[in-house]
Amino acid sequence: MEFYRSQVLVCTGTGCSSSNSPAIIDKFEECIKNAGLEKEIKVVRTGCFGLCENGPICIVYPEGAFYSHIKVEDVPRIVSEHLVKGRIVQDLLYHKSVDGEQNILSLNDIEFYKKQKRIALRNCGVINPEDINEYIAFDGYKALAKALTEMTRDEVIDCILKSGLRGRGGAGFPTGLKWKFAKAPESDVKYVCCNADEGDPGAFMDRSVLEGDPHAVLEAMAIAGYAIGSQQGYIYVRAEYPIAVKRLRIAIGQAREMGLLGKDIFGTGFNFDIDLRLGSGAFVCGEETALLASIEGGRGEPRPRPPFPANKGLFGKPTILNNVETLANVCQIILNGPEWFSSIGTEKSKGTKVFALGGKINNTGLVEIPMGTTLREIIYEIGGGIPGGKKFKAAQTGGPSGGCIPAEHLDVPIDYDNLMAIGSMMGSGGMIVMDEDNCMVNIAKFFLEFTVDESCGKCPPCRIGTRRMLEILNKICDGKGEEGDLEKLEKLARNIKATALCGLGQTAPNPVLSTIRYFRDEYEAHIRDKRCPAGVCKNLLNYVIDPDKCKTCGICARNCPTKCISGAPKVPYVIDQSKCIKCGACMTSCKFGAVSRK
Amino acid sequence: MKSIQELEAIRQKTLETINLRREQTGTRVVVGMATCGIAAGARPVLTAFMDEVAKRNLQGVAVAQTGCIGVCRLEPIVEIYKPGEDKVTYVKVTPDMVGRIVTEHVVGDNPVVEYTIGYYEAKNK
Repeated sequence: MEFYRSQVLVCTGTGCSSSNSPAIIDKFEECIKNAGLEKEIKVVRTGCFGLCENGPICIVYPEGAFYSHIKVEDVPRIVSEHLVKGRIVQDLLYHKSVDGEQNILSLNDIEFYKKQKRIALRNCGVINPEDINEYIAFDGYKALAKALTEMTRDEVIDCILKSGLRGRGGAGFPTGLKWKFAKAPESDVKYVCCNADEGDPGAFMDRSVLEGDPHAVLEAMAIAGYAIGSQQGYIYVRAEYPIAVKRLRIAIGQAREMGLLGKDIFGTGFNFDIDLRLGSGAFVCGEETALLASIEGGRGEPRPRPPFPANKGLFGKPTILNNVETLANVCQIILNGPEWFSSIGTEKSKGTKVFALGGKINNTGLVEIPMGTTLREIIYEIGGGIPGGKKFKAAQTGGPSGGCIPAEHLDVPIDYDNLMAIGSMMGSGGMIVMDEDNCMVNIAKFFLEFTVDESCGKCPPCRIGTRRMLEILNKICDGKGEEGDLEKLEKLARNIKATALCGLGQTAPNPVLSTIRYFRDEYEAHIRDKRCPAGVCKNLLNYVIDPDKCKTCGICARNCPTKCISGAPKVPYVIDQSKCIKCGACMTSCKFGAVSRK
Repeated sequence: MKSIQELEAIRQKTLETINLRREQTGTRVVVGMATCGIAAGARPVLTAFMDEVAKRNLQGVAVAQTGCIGVCRLEPIVEIYKPGEDKVTYVKVTPDMVGRIVTEHVVGDNPVVEYTIGYYEAKNK
């Protein structure tokens, strides 16, 4: 093995790739070659570092210099200064990665990482996901070896059971129990499936795990296969994740080549192989029975349970279906023991949870926190607060199945049960932060539009009920809301929750219910006063020009796309409300603050 | 994959590559590589250190460069930092001195006194 004195780690996750990291890597390789350093310095393509807001990101070791927002034209400077002369390029460093005296902080001391605990993401941004050797060097496939050679099948299940690991896909069912149920039935064929059909708007945790550490999922599936007595696994991954799909293919290929998948693994006689199945963009396929139907080649529609997949799943055989992030925890539990894992987190929610932070937050990106961390710590310490010093209004978790957490619950320790108690849910881990400029009625409408679009149509409560709810919301946002609408919404929501066929339908009304619960006054302002307090719902707001402040410059009229503003020098300008499309161009263009939104 | 030994062998082999990305706690060999250092011949010294570390398969040793250390007339300068010890500064280092520095100081814990800045300055007063 060659000895490299320095390594340049560049993120090639979807976030950084879309902001040009592949070109940056090419440039690095070119400049390093031109400087004659190719035998001394290695460029490593890694997965997501989590701090997507600051991408493209690259870290240079051994110094640990954390460069952010890199552009292709910055690369020659990093090479000639840092790599050739050893002078760190201070102005390109991530400003929070150095202390007051410009000394580089260790990664764990950077504010964004300080409160995080990376178990599922431990290898993301650390290893090259396309090189199985690097995964092995970080104790990869050791857990599989340990399970196969030192543990019985029951001991493996017991270990997961005792660790308290619960499903990270949203529902939070104990993983060990799922495995136990699937081991029980006698069957010569069983299946291990991985749900990588991450569909919630704003969620990208599973994508990052697959892109940054695909072998962790493969290894965990093999362990699950051993535990329940299965020889075949399937990963159901969205086709919209091309990088994840490519890395999974490479990972499966390398694992097969090394004999870590296939026949007689570690000489124990255990056989296990994994195939990919690509989902083609239906949200409902993330629901377990619909997902299994889709793997079988059928239409992705849910079916009633029981029978549960543990008894009658894929092709009618006992099947376990685990989420990507759940599986990413398994190997660490086997290696470090269940006590280690259960020492992290709260009483009923053990371990960590990965959240995809998005919306009105400074550090958009991926964070992994111990259960029990408060929302305040996530938003203000790890997330770096809200841009522009705006006021926090609510955080939406659980996507279209979840709800909002308002400011009054900022200090609730986040775990499965606490979130449920305040009317939201853990969900798969999307967390959308909203500030005072977000209209909660509009947010509820957004999620409901999503569910209406994605409803598979099999059961009427979801197909018809959610559409009726959306119609009422549209009416409210258009200023045509009436007394009694809220009660109607709540009644419909209760009925849908009680009667829909699958988990998606049953949870679809949640965003509406939780926003009504915490922001009833906002709904009432829409209905009674025909007013949108956040100034979002177009039909409820008017732009007006204050004649006292108007300097009659006419810049608003020139910027108006519909030419509905009239006036003349020394005659204050006026907006013709009947033609106004409420685009706000006049307000942005006015230098004197004379235009206001009412 | 037929045995755990096989897995462990791969792990050991790759460990070297990735150790660099872990928290740095071991010995650091730092070569002054500003314009003055490079002009005085620091690059062959740096590569000689890298070869030596690779040849002996030393774990936990990082070879890095730094900017100008300040006494350009004594370049190439190499500083060795060992945890819990004062740094040792070697001056006018040539590739053929590297083997001895690694053997006696990096591995053996005995700085090569006659290569150090203190010795050089005392002798050339």
